[in-house]
Amino acid sequence: MSLPLSQYNLIVKISRPLLSLVIIILAGCTGSGLSAGISSDQIKIIENKGSDTIVNLALAWAEEYQVLNPSVQLSVTGGGSGTGIAALINGTVDIANASRKIKSEEIETALENNSDPYEIVIARDAIAIIVNLANPVDYLTLQQISAIYSGEINNWKEVGGEDRPIVRLSRETNSGTHVYFLDEVVRLGDDENKTLFSQTTLLLPSSEGIGTEIKQNPNAIGYDGLGYVTHEMKVIGVASSPDDPFIFPSAESVNNGEYPIARDLYMYTNGEPEGFIKDYIDWILSAEAQEIVTELGFVPITK
Amino acid sequence: MISKQDIGIKSKPPKREFLVTALIKAAGYSAIIFVGMIFLFLLLESLPALREVELSSLLSSRWYPIEGYYGVLPLIGGSLIITIGATVIALPFGVGTAIYLSEIAPRWLRDTLKPLVEILGGLPSVVLGFLGMLILSPYLRTLLDLPTGLSALAGSILLGGIAIPTVVSISEDALDAVPKSYRDASLAIGATEWQTIWRVTLPAARSGVLTAVMLGIGRAIGETMTVMMVTGNAPILPTGLKDLFSPVRTMTATIAAEMGEVANSSTHYHVLFLIGIILFLISLIVNVTASAVVFRQKKSQERILS
Repeated sequence: MSLPLSQYNLIVKISRPLLSLVIIILAGCTGSGLSAGISSDQIKIIENKGSDTIVNLALAWAEEYQVLNPSVQLSVTGGGSGTGIAALINGTVDIANASRKIKSEEIETALENNSDPYEIVIARDAIAIIVNLANPVDYLTLQQISAIYSGEINNWKEVGGEDRPIVRLSRETNSGTHVYFLDEVVRLGDDENKTLFSQTTLLLPSSEGIGTEIKQNPNAIGYDGLGYVTHEMKVIGVASSPDDPFIFPSAESVNNGEYPIARDLYMYTNGEPEGFIKDYIDWILSAEAQEIVTELGFVPITK
Repeated sequence: MISKQDIGIKSKPPKREFLVTALIKAAGYSAIIFVGMIFLFLLLESLPALREVELSSLLSSRWYPIEGYYGVLPLIGGSLIITIGATVIALPFGVGTAIYLSEIAPRWLRDTLKPLVEILGGLPSVVLGFLGMLILSPYLRTLLDLPTGLSALAGSILLGGIAIPTVVSISEDALDAVPKSYRDASLAIGATEWQTIWRVTLPAARSGVLTAVMLGIGRAIGETMTVMMVTGNAPILPTGLKDLFSPVRTMTATIAAEMGEVANSSTHYHVLFLIGIILFLISLIVNVTASAVVFRQKKSQERILS
């Protein structure tokens, strides 16, 4: 009884020609697509890489811009702010997305590699503190959040919640959000402060990973860009100090400066942008492109 | 045509054979050369780390490279605890399945099950990672009342699952290669089926089963994507069995998560290569130990038979 084996062989026999057929069809499609469009030497390619926080925004811009300017091809990838800046320095991308300012060490490395990063603020973002929907805690002060992430507070009952251990979630260290959070929240914006994240902080490789864990684990606390928050998570109101009011993140509270954990989002180019890259950046700063910023849950830059 | 070729072969056998021999020889040596070159590359890229970072810092228990903390012990510990956990799971399940397939299951069932087990081995590890993240880790958290299910245990279970097909496939081949006369002799002197399996067949296939387990361990220790998704990646130095239930960070996940970000030739870059070489040495030790044990057993077996 070698029926399953013969069936297996049959599948292989059938699938092989099928597969080659698919490849031929695919090849045909790309071929005809190219010939129907613009000849290849007219196409301008912009490589865009970096922050995972910005990647959805950059993709939305790229899609819209390619419709408006069919001669420009944009390729957008994520990987983290550090990854993007490293790629800009190594000359593999034209525009690096970053959710933090470029570091002085990175500028040094850039100069060594004959690269000259040029900074453009493209939007603003609020970092939301998120917990599970079942968590009764609604408000935290910046000092409490810092104490939680540095490992001083380890149980939710210390901040008015249930008697549960706190599971701290963070993005990986190559994330601009991680670096921003370390400087502005864990260290409370104090340059002298050398507090680190508690060693028990879970470093998750994606916003998706943080969302998944927050949704199902009532012990968890996390942070992420406002654009990634869904209604399956609970956003915490944050106060700069115990005397200040608790503010929820929104476009208004970021633009009027009330929400304390907000930052600028950047694009970096090698030197001041020129030619078709400049056209793209100019368009991004236009009112039309900034509307997409609002749609995706970020805060547009107001002139 | 055929007759011409025949004549051709007959007239110049030495030259043809020389070519084939040389090709096979080159193929054989190339593996050694590749490994040697990879080792050399890792060594050259990682040696500056030993100059740039003090040994006491490397052997500390804090890994936070963006602030210059390069303690690699938590990462080594994380990889080891997950690999040990995976072995504890894969060994009984894998060898058990192999014994069932080879010794107990009827022929048709074995012909169905073995390809299925091998399909399990072909599952992309990122898919297993997804299952781990969405199903296994929430389940472990509620079942064992853990703070979070993203833990060494979740990693061990999934890696065990990844290693099982390797263990089953190779162990089953080894058991199958044991001559039927061994079993017949054992049954003829009145041993039960179980006694025959446990005392005769399995010991006779020992070296193959051991190789299978070692290859399984090798598969587990090098696995990256799954562990990155389910272990939480917190660089905590494991100190005991209880740490199986807390998050850990493995060497592979660290390299995968951080290599894309580092600037070329920075200290962080060199330290990541150092971790790579540690990983390389650990798998080398596992393999050398395995072949040494197998070699010794073969010698003692030969003594008994002669």
